[in-house]
Amino acid sequence: MTALPGGRASSAPLLGDDIEPTIFEMSVEGRHSYQLRTTDVPKAPLEELVPNEHLNHDVIALAQVSERDLVGHFTRLSHRQFAVDLGAYPLGSCTMKYNPKFCDAVAADPGLNSVHPGAPAPLVQGWLELLVDLEEKLCEITGMQAATLQPAAGAAGELTGLLLMRAYHEANNDPRRRVLIPDSAHGTNPASVTLGGYEVTTIPSGANGLVDLAALKAALGPDVAGIMLTNPNTVGLFEEEIEDIASAVHDVGGLLYYDGANLNAILGVVRPGDMGFDIVHMNLHKTFATPHGGGGPGAGPVAVSARLAEFLPGPRATRLSDGSYDWVTPARSIGRVHGWHGNAMVLARALAYIDVHGGDGLTRIAQHAVLNANWLRKRLSATLPAAYDYPCMHECVLTASPIKASYGVRALDVAKRLLEEGFHAPTVYFPLIVDEALMFEPTETESLQTLEALASALERIALLCANEPDVVRNAPQSTPVTRVDEARAARHLVTTEDAAGR
Amino acid sequence: MPDYLPHTPDEVTSMLDFLGLDSLEHLFAHVPNALKLTQGLRLPDGESEPDVAERFKHYTNANKATLSEMVCFAGGGSYDHEVPAVVKSLGSRAEFVTAYTPYQPEVAQGVLQAIFEYQTMIARLSGLSIANASLYDGATALVEAVNMAAGSTGKETLLISSGVHPHWRAVVHTFAKGTGHRVVEVPLVDGRTEWSKVSSSDLAKGAAVVAAYPNYLGVLEDLSVAKDLSIRADALFVVAGDPVAAGVLKTAGQWGADVFVGEGQPFGTALAFGGPYLGLFACTLDQIRRLPGRLVGETVDTRDRRAFVTTLRAREQDIRREKATSNVCTNQTLMAVTAAIQLGWLGTYGMREVATRCAQGARYTFDQLVGIDGVAPISTQPFFREFALRTPQEASTVLERLAGEGFLGGLALSALGGPDGSVIANDWEHTLIIAVTERRTKFEIDEFATAFAKAVK
Repeated sequence: MTALPGGRASSAPLLGDDIEPTIFEMSVEGRHSYQLRTTDVPKAPLEELVPNEHLNHDVIALAQVSERDLVGHFTRLSHRQFAVDLGAYPLGSCTMKYNPKFCDAVAADPGLNSVHPGAPAPLVQGWLELLVDLEEKLCEITGMQAATLQPAAGAAGELTGLLLMRAYHEANNDPRRRVLIPDSAHGTNPASVTLGGYEVTTIPSGANGLVDLAALKAALGPDVAGIMLTNPNTVGLFEEEIEDIASAVHDVGGLLYYDGANLNAILGVVRPGDMGFDIVHMNLHKTFATPHGGGGPGAGPVAVSARLAEFLPGPRATRLSDGSYDWVTPARSIGRVHGWHGNAMVLARALAYIDVHGGDGLTRIAQHAVLNANWLRKRLSATLPAAYDYPCMHECVLTASPIKASYGVRALDVAKRLLEEGFHAPTVYFPLIVDEALMFEPTETESLQTLEALASALERIALLCANEPDVVRNAPQSTPVTRVDEARAARHLVTTEDAAGR
Repeated sequence: MPDYLPHTPDEVTSMLDFLGLDSLEHLFAHVPNALKLTQGLRLPDGESEPDVAERFKHYTNANKATLSEMVCFAGGGSYDHEVPAVVKSLGSRAEFVTAYTPYQPEVAQGVLQAIFEYQTMIARLSGLSIANASLYDGATALVEAVNMAAGSTGKETLLISSGVHPHWRAVVHTFAKGTGHRVVEVPLVDGRTEWSKVSSSDLAKGAAVVAAYPNYLGVLEDLSVAKDLSIRADALFVVAGDPVAAGVLKTAGQWGADVFVGEGQPFGTALAFGGPYLGLFACTLDQIRRLPGRLVGETVDTRDRRAFVTTLRAREQDIRREKATSNVCTNQTLMAVTAAIQLGWLGTYGMREVATRCAQGARYTFDQLVGIDGVAPISTQPFFREFALRTPQEASTVLERLAGEGFLGGLALSALGGPDGSVIANDWEHTLIIAVTERRTKFEIDEFATAFAKAVK
């Protein structure tokens, strides 16, 4: 008997048709849910506690619902939401792999979760040791010397890295002006460069999807602070000339920044530090499987080579010579980049994930991620050709451009129809350099049966494009809502219940 | 070899066959050999979940400042509020926890609508019309606020009260190194910002006037002074506020703020050693084109049914790239959803009740402690739920002694950062900031006062 796919949601996975009222629409004056502790604290009147000029004499309307209605409301909302736990989520560049429940359970332990971040160091030795252990393991994984765990997400890591770059050059009395970025880069890269006080110089990709080394060399000069690269890059290909790129950038005194969005592809196989990178950010919510939370939280630690360690944000958890732990701020630190110590619970989950896998397990993750992406790429070659006919890493960029040319159906339509097949859509129209791009990242946690079901679904869609293109153009129909009017949302801006006039 | 990989050895072989490869290593044939790790990572071997759980006990046992071992009087943006079972349960639903950014609205109405409700609640609590879908934390939200102000005014000087939490000011300083913004910290006198110290040339260059409400020493400042200054400077008025205060105090909007930022941890998120927390951000409609991060708007689907979608996307980094209003992508959505659930649980009157009880508890605690010999408030100004005391011994010593009695007795000012304009210099090592929430009982407070009296002897 052939196994059925485990990672495919049923064809109508989500509750349909009726809209869910907002919590404010469910509100009835006088209802309530809250219950507070009995404290016996004297109930002084507010007027005695707070001077009149500070008091708000009106209460602010929130909602007034029973606990039963609160549970019903948010549970129904959850049924209108796709998630990794429901089915495969091959959203390229986002590494939507299965998030082990164990890691959530570890972080939920009150011995970690109920600790105040401002407690004196002697009272939080366990947390400090955990952070030091994680830092050391992340440095081994990336081939770097030291790391900050403060940045709360990848983009925060990028900006931190650029400020480290700036601090390094300024310490050498060599302020520089430009940062190079390939045209295939994530949008956060150029946005971070601007906030880092640098100008962006865009490097074109070659026809093979890789950095054009000649164009790169032409753009280099003594005013270049560094380059930001993703490797494998955003089209899922390994930058094979990375050593030449690194020496060219280093030759003009620039630094190499590694965008860790695609680190999953190379775990235990090759390390950014060994490729010549000086600064590396990691997306722990991608590579180390911490849940994405509907868009966050993440964590974006930044690891650096030895020459940049003295500039790292502080304070850093540090092991002292007597074996105890304390907060230490590096000598020429750029300063804090987070209100406390970073997204600590995300950090704890990532450490648990690393510890379960160990060194060999992390390598298997990369191997299986790359295996799945290549299998899918080849399996779909007759349906949706790869943008670059070359072995990919952990994700493959396919193109709907032939389908568009033949039937007038766009990549977006294909993605929308896939939602009705029980899968999340791939990333569409990214990277920008690929026409009608559909970027699939199956991840290592989807089974062969699920990949086959995904491929079959895309074949059915391709057939529909030929025979009944309007079905694809009008998809999805069976989801909680059909396509939404994005132009209206922007034109008639309604971002609160008040603006809706309810 | 513990892991979460589904493939059997036979399946791996058949998949490799399909690709015409002999081994998994061949998948990496195009990676230069000279770069490859030959011995693998120097990490311990993988361990099963129960084995790792045993080792994690080493960490948890070494943490003494847990809520079960210590009664918490520490605050500074992180507070021990009630988080009921219903909020924990709903906030940990896998559909919210394991989703990604709602790029496909047809299958993301759950998160989108929850964010819409969150935006409504934060807009109301801040007294402003627009709230975004969250930022990382209070400190980084403040950075986005001052960046907005600089973009909006075309000026680069940030006039920041020294009453803003020292960590938040430190974060502003860090990111100002990239943007080139100039930070002017305005000193406190008797716990209040001495705005008259701002020079007329700084005033003219001011892009933002930033005040804290209450400030990090707990003091309630009359924000109309800062508001007037911002009008004279033609700067944006940014209020960094404790969102729980909005249960009873005037909102940022009522004080005339253009932007409100705050730390949303009190809305359903655990102390969590400082993260993940929730950066609250709200502003006037005038500033919407410069809003950082995601925003959810209401619209309709093709069948004219109400639907929600991320909107005004052209501000964001994936479209606008180097001209984006911010580089933020991943935010703290799960904490925002949790905040919506917590605020739904509290409701209109629960929010006011929590804020009132915080103020009552703080006053009662204050009254017990200031009667102790040698202990005095550092300011004569009114406070809400947090206050600062001068202690005869160094505050760190007092905290150490209190810890021995089972109390996390507050935050030592000296641990928050170096001496700055926020207190009189010789009080720096002798100032303790104490926070009280609705969870502190009279019994706990009385015991705390007894321990405090011993600790300062």
